[in-house]
Amino acid sequence: MVSTTKTPSPRVPTPGRAPREPGNTGSSALPAPVPGLASALVWGTGQLINRQPGKAAFFFAFYATAITWEMVTGNYYAGMEFTARANGGFFVRGLWGLVTLGDTPREMSLTGLSEGDNSIVLLANGIIALLTLCLLAIVAIWSVRDAARCRTRLGAGEAPERSADYFRRIWEGAFAYIALSPGLVLIVFMSVLPITFGVLVAFTDYNRDNLPPMNLVNWVGLDTFAQIFTVPSWTGTFLGVLAWTFVWAILATATTYCAGFLLAVLLASKKVRFPRVWRTIFLLPWAVPGIVSALVFRAMFNGQFGPISQFLVDIGLTDERVYWFTDPTNPNLARAVALLVNLWLGFPFFMALVGGVLTNIPDSYYEAARIDGAGTLQQLRYVTVPIVQRTCTPLLVLAFVAAFNNFGLVYFLTEGGPDNVDYRFAGSTDLLVTWLFKLTLDNRLYNIGAVMSIIVFFIVGTISVWNLRRSRAIREL
Amino acid sequence: MVSTIQRETPANIVERERRKGRVSSVFIHLCLLVVAVIVVFPLLWVVGASFGPGGGLANTTPIPEDASFDNYVFLFTETGYGRWYLNSLYIATFNMVGGVALSALCGYVFARIRFRGRKFGMLAILVLQMFPSFLTAIAVYMLFLNFGLLDSLTGVALVGIAAALPYNTWLMKGYTDNLPASLDEAAALDGAGRITIFRKIMLPLMRPMLAFVAVMQFTMPWMDFILPRLLLQSRSKQTVALGLFDMITDQYANDFTTFAAGAVFLAVPITVIFVIMQRYLVAGAMAGAEKG
Repeated sequence: MVSTTKTPSPRVPTPGRAPREPGNTGSSALPAPVPGLASALVWGTGQLINRQPGKAAFFFAFYATAITWEMVTGNYYAGMEFTARANGGFFVRGLWGLVTLGDTPREMSLTGLSEGDNSIVLLANGIIALLTLCLLAIVAIWSVRDAARCRTRLGAGEAPERSADYFRRIWEGAFAYIALSPGLVLIVFMSVLPITFGVLVAFTDYNRDNLPPMNLVNWVGLDTFAQIFTVPSWTGTFLGVLAWTFVWAILATATTYCAGFLLAVLLASKKVRFPRVWRTIFLLPWAVPGIVSALVFRAMFNGQFGPISQFLVDIGLTDERVYWFTDPTNPNLARAVALLVNLWLGFPFFMALVGGVLTNIPDSYYEAARIDGAGTLQQLRYVTVPIVQRTCTPLLVLAFVAAFNNFGLVYFLTEGGPDNVDYRFAGSTDLLVTWLFKLTLDNRLYNIGAVMSIIVFFIVGTISVWNLRRSRAIREL
Repeated sequence: MVSTIQRETPANIVERERRKGRVSSVFIHLCLLVVAVIVVFPLLWVVGASFGPGGGLANTTPIPEDASFDNYVFLFTETGYGRWYLNSLYIATFNMVGGVALSALCGYVFARIRFRGRKFGMLAILVLQMFPSFLTAIAVYMLFLNFGLLDSLTGVALVGIAAALPYNTWLMKGYTDNLPASLDEAAALDGAGRITIFRKIMLPLMRPMLAFVAVMQFTMPWMDFILPRLLLQSRSKQTVALGLFDMITDQYANDFTTFAAGAVFLAVPITVIFVIMQRYLVAGAMAGAEKG
C-alpha cells in the first residue's frame, strides 16, 4: 500500500512512546495536556497513553481511514513533484478545487481535446471534502477532550474506566445521535450540500457564457450582486418583479383570508340547511391537486380557444376574444385574473381553519353580547373577528410566505406572461421564484439565479424569524 | 331563530323577526349557491371534457351529449400516462414511507431526549425549513447535472424527503411534546429500551400526526413540478404532473380532452383522500403554525 510513504511515517513512533511513559498508572505525574496533545497529532494515541486500547483503536480507526482514503484516492509516490491538482487525494484535491476552481482549461491539441478541469465538479467535490472534514473534526475534538479528561481523572487517583464500559455508557447516551444519524446524513447531502453549493455559485461567473467543461469558472466575489444592482435593465426587472411579488403576496393572502372568513361565518349560521354538504363542496378546490386546477383554469382562460372568451363574445359583452394572459398591453388584467384564480384555490383552507375556530367559541360570549344589545354585525365585529384573528395571525404570515413563493400557480397559469419588453427574461406576472426558475433552467444564468435565491431566502427568512419570535412571545403570555 | 331574550316581546314583533329571519336565510343560501356554482363549474367542466368527444379545447361542454370513455382509453393506450402514473406512485410511496419514518424518529428524539447539540439541532432545523425547497432543487439540479445523476426516480424521492424533513420533524416534535411523559417514564422503569419505548408506546400515540405527515408526503409528489422537471429528463421517467403540463402547453390545445381525462384520473384519488382526512389535515396545519 502507498500509505506507508508519506505523512504517517514520521508519526509511527508516537504510539510506541506510550508503554514507555506510563509505567506509573494511578498517581501519574503526567499532566493532562500530554495525552490530549498526542491525540491531537494521531487520534487515539492519547487513549493508548491512558491505557485504554479499545478506545485508542476506535479513534485510530477514523484517523487511519481518513489518511488511507486520501492516500488511495491521491497519487502519493515518493520522489514525484507534488501538486495538489495532480497528486492530491480526496481531501487535498478537494480543498484545492474549492479554492481555485481549476486552473487548466480543456484545450484542443493534436491528440484531440485535452482533459481540462471541470470547475463545478471541483467545487462540489470541494464542498463534500469540506463537509467530511467537518464531521471528522468532531471525532478529533472528541478524541482530544476524552484523552485529556481521562488523564485528569487518572491524576486525581481514580481507577481508569475500561473501554468496553465506556462504550456501553456511550451507547446509552448516544442513542439520540444514532437515531438522528440517518436523517442527518440525508439532510447534509441533500439539503446542506446543495444549499452551500447554491450560495457559493452566487460568487462565481457560472453561466451560459462560461459553461464547464469547456470553460473554467472563476470566483468573482460580489460582481454578480453588483451587476443586478447597477445594470439598469437588471435592476429594473428585479425591482419590478419584487414589487409585484409583494403586491401579489399581500393581496393573495388578504383575499383568500377574507373570503374564507366570510364563508365560515355564513356556514356557522344556524339558518343554513345541510351545512356539511356545503362545507364539503367548498373544500373541493383545496382537495383537488393545485396543478390540476391551475392547468384547468389556464385552459378556461385560453385566449384563442378558451370557453370564457367565447362566452363573453357570445353574450355580446366583448367584440373580440380577450387574451387574458398573453396581451402585453394589459398586464393588470392577467394579474387580476391570477389573483382571482388564487382566490378560488386558496379560500377553502382558511374557511376550514376559521370554521374550526368558530366551533370553539362558547355560545355564552354571543349571549353576553346580545344582552348588551349588540346586533349581528356588532357581534361579528367585537366577538368573532378578534378571537379568530388571534388564532390565525401566525397562519396568515405562513400564508403570506407561501404566496410569496407560489411557484405553481403563476407558472402553470400564465408561465409569467404576458411578455414585458422592459424586463429581462421575465413577464408581467412573474414572481421572484418563477423568474429565478426561468433564469436557471431556460437561460442557464446560474450565478444570477443563485443571487436571487439568496435574496429570496433573506426576505422569507426575515419574515419567518419575525413571525416565530412573535408567536413565541404569544405562547409565553 | 328567535333568541331567548325576545320571548317576552309582543307577538307582532316576533312575527316580524321571523320574517326577517326567513329573508336572511334565503339570502344566505343564495350566497352559498353562487359560491358553490363558481367552485363546481371548472371541475364539472373538466370532468365533462374528459368524457366528451375528443379533440381541441374549443368544443368542450360541462355536460357532453355523447359521453364516452374514449379519452381514457386513448390516455392509457396512446400516451405514456400509465408509465407516468406508476413513476409518480413509486416516488409518492417512497417519499411517504421514508418521510414518516425519519421524521417520527427525529421528532421523538428531539422531544424526549436531552443531548448535547439539541438546541443547535433545533435551530438548524428551523433555518433549513425556511429555505424554500425549490431553491434547494435548483442547486440539486446543478449538482446532479455535473455528476450525471439525473433521471433517477429514487433520487427525486430522496431529495423530496430531505426537503420536507426539517418541517416534518418540527411537527412531530411539537406533537410529541404534548404527549404525557409519564407513559414512557413508566415503561423505562419496567426496563424497556429506547427503541421499544419508541415503537410500542410513542408511535401509537403519535398516530394523528403520522397520518397528517403521511398524507402530505404521499400527495405532494403527485403535484410537485419543479423537482421532477429539473431532475427527470427522459420520456420514460416523467411523472404525471410533467406529462399533464406538457399536454396543456401544446400551442393549439389539441390534446385538451386527453389532458382532461388525465387530470380527472389524477385528481379523483387525491381529492377523496383529502376530503376523508380533512379534519386531520386542518388540525395538522394549525399545529404547524403554532410551533413556528
